[in-house]
Amino acid sequence: MNLNNDKGSMSTASSSVTVSDQFPAGLRVLVVDDDPTCLRILEKMLGTCLYEVTKCNRAEIALDMLRTNKNGYDIVISDVHMPDMDGFKLLEQVGLEMDLPVIMMSADDSKQVVMKGVTHGACDYLIKPVRIEALKNIWQHVVRKRKNEWKDLEQSGSVEEGDRQPKPSEEADYSSSANEGNWRTSKRRKDEEEEIEERDDTSTLKKPRVVWSVELHQQFVSAVNQLGIDIFHTYAFALMYTTEAVPKKILELMNVPGLTRENVASHLQKYRLYLRRLSGVSPHQGNSFISSHSQEPPYGSLSSLSGLDFQTLAATGQIPAQSLATLQAAGLARSAAKPGLPMPLVDQRNIFSFDNQKLRFGEGQPQHMSSGKQMNLLHGIPTTMDSKQLVNLHHSAQSLGSLNMQASAHGNPSGQSSPLLMQMAQPQSRGQILTETSGGQVPRLPTSVGHPILSNGAAGAMLAINGIGENSRGTGYNSVSQTSSVLNFPLNHSAELPGNSFPLGSTPGISAGMSTLTTKGGFQEEINSDIKGSGGFMPSYDIFNDLQQHKPHNWELQNVGFAFDASQHSNSLQASVDVTPSVLVNQGYSSSQRNVQNSNVSAMGKPIFSVGEGSEHGIALNVGQHLNSLLVDNSTRVKSERVTDTSCQPTLLPQHFGQEDLMSAILKQQDGLGPAENDFEFDGYSLDNIPV
Amino acid sequence: MNSNQLQHQVLYMRRSLFDQGYLDSEQLIQLEDLQDDANPNFVEEVVSLFYSDSARLIQNIEQTLSNRPVDFSRLDDILHQFKGSCSSIGAKKVKDACSQFREYCNAGNAEGCSRSFQLIKQEYETLRRRLESYFQMVKQAKAA
Repeated sequence: MNLNNDKGSMSTASSSVTVSDQFPAGLRVLVVDDDPTCLRILEKMLGTCLYEVTKCNRAEIALDMLRTNKNGYDIVISDVHMPDMDGFKLLEQVGLEMDLPVIMMSADDSKQVVMKGVTHGACDYLIKPVRIEALKNIWQHVVRKRKNEWKDLEQSGSVEEGDRQPKPSEEADYSSSANEGNWRTSKRRKDEEEEIEERDDTSTLKKPRVVWSVELHQQFVSAVNQLGIDIFHTYAFALMYTTEAVPKKILELMNVPGLTRENVASHLQKYRLYLRRLSGVSPHQGNSFISSHSQEPPYGSLSSLSGLDFQTLAATGQIPAQSLATLQAAGLARSAAKPGLPMPLVDQRNIFSFDNQKLRFGEGQPQHMSSGKQMNLLHGIPTTMDSKQLVNLHHSAQSLGSLNMQASAHGNPSGQSSPLLMQMAQPQSRGQILTETSGGQVPRLPTSVGHPILSNGAAGAMLAINGIGENSRGTGYNSVSQTSSVLNFPLNHSAELPGNSFPLGSTPGISAGMSTLTTKGGFQEEINSDIKGSGGFMPSYDIFNDLQQHKPHNWELQNVGFAFDASQHSNSLQASVDVTPSVLVNQGYSSSQRNVQNSNVSAMGKPIFSVGEGSEHGIALNVGQHLNSLLVDNSTRVKSERVTDTSCQPTLLPQHFGQEDLMSAILKQQDGLGPAENDFEFDGYSLDNIPV
Repeated sequence: MNSNQLQHQVLYMRRSLFDQGYLDSEQLIQLEDLQDDANPNFVEEVVSLFYSDSARLIQNIEQTLSNRPVDFSRLDDILHQFKGSCSSIGAKKVKDACSQFREYCNAGNAEGCSRSFQLIKQEYETLRRRLESYFQMVKQAKAA
């Protein structure tokens, strides 16, 4: 087996990277099958592949195990046909809650079932009887997922970047673990070079010039609308502005040969501007737009909040019926919400994907502090996080509920996390729609305040902006311009920060950390995921801050994200995490925010980290998981806070900057993005002043 | 029989199982490949597991078939599971009988299902006997 040959040959690229030399040996697999014969065979086969196998014959138990030990597994293999729970349902849940790659298996090889696996987000589908050869390479799904998350992170941050330097080395051949080292190396290189465009879509430096004819634009809009139904109802609209997944999804729906995701992404940005113009400048309008469509959230538990949120938004902002009508006319909104429209699992699956590898806070801290990149970093984080969080919240609302229950029930590592989970329980039930949470339930982070104050298109971005703005305030980033850079998605920057030390002392660092966290690719793939709001950022910031400050060296190791056997790292990391979560939390936020946020963050931070204590695996993996849960938690809280924030947190962004500031910031940002997009023309829009 | 003869016997029995369609050679080899010092009798262990677990399935089929009206959907479910199990150990004939059962099931043919079920049980038991003999022979050859 190749596995054996790889021992000792790993980590060629960077010795500082903590990647098991034996990768993929030690890959932690959870296999779920009600058939004991099959289960036993799989267990033996996986063991022969040198994986660390945990077998489970019931889906519910498997979910428990996954929730209890959030970072304890790298990949899940599940049978489709199980008595207590449909395998696809398990797939959904895992994707929502843990965002782990899931492989489905079945004796059924009919096209429909296999397709179902695809649409539900399975990363592979094995026909029984499963051969050991098929299992030998399942590690590629783990690697690929991380790579995509990382790439998404970078891409969304670098969309506005002018340079496009595809890195062929990035497209590592995953079939060989020897390439892993190279991949890691190239990734680091990429991070440092802060670029990253469509590496996978276009390997050419030059982007083909795309003319957006009316027809093409129509296709685009209908694709958006198609997604929009889900998006708006799930408040994932903001996602369109913050993730890479939405353009991808639109691209798929449009199915235009030769059209690249890049094309769609940049077109989408312009469309955003267009929408914003339609809805007016007031950020609240955006919220109203979304909230009006969010009145029928896919998840029943959230429906109660719709009205509340809407009222809140209406009360706090201007919701001109005109703009709303315009937006509707534009086909973006469908008031005939699809109640209970479930987000495609495919989109949901990556909600929690935080690519630990991208957590590179160490390098270039001071540079980031002073450079514009920082701003991007700060801004970018919340943006993506918003989407992510929204997605998390939305989709995980129900699962979180059960998650909380289960987590609490399990104690031990989840013991500490139970308070966190319990906290989540409340906001969770309140609904996690962007606008809904503004109705506020848990007065939380200030970032939440900013969320509702966005125009349609900018909603998601604004959420991030506000959040970031708040967070970064502590370090002196009080200018609106900073917030405006949110749209830049400085993923590159975040990615560039090597893990050694937290780049931005307090707030900046946090932001950086957060950007890394938030911009993780996983979110971006959730087109239909709801935009939960940027509230969750805060806690995440803390976590990273904590992680960074306490164990900088660990970060490096974790940056790669392949810490399958990084037990030593995880231990140290966890130790550091546990040590001073509260302390770091305080540092991370601006004084004005600390009062409100710190307590929240600390509360959230601690449980989260404690959750990871039990894990003995690489921190990178754990962190991601923690972050995911953290974000989820935070986002839920933040959302609830948002509404109340406006009233009780005068120091929050909206009050500081005002809507006009934000809008101009965004517009400025858009303008800044323009040059990067001069390859595209707007024929389909009726806008004449869109900066190009 | 001496060691050589025993080994020949083992090979012969094995060949028969394949040629007569009782066992899928590929699957058996896969299982045998999993045997190691830690699990020297892995194949036998898995086969035992199959028989003990599928006994439950057989019972379910029995019961469901005897109910009126016949719940074909449930039967199909059970058969699906059973089929999956069979393929794990490469129980070809049993698996084929299951396929036939499922066809009758999909057609809503209770009579056909009953007949197929008899065939399933027949093949199921035949295979059990054959495998038991085979494993016994394997052990003898090993000991010799």
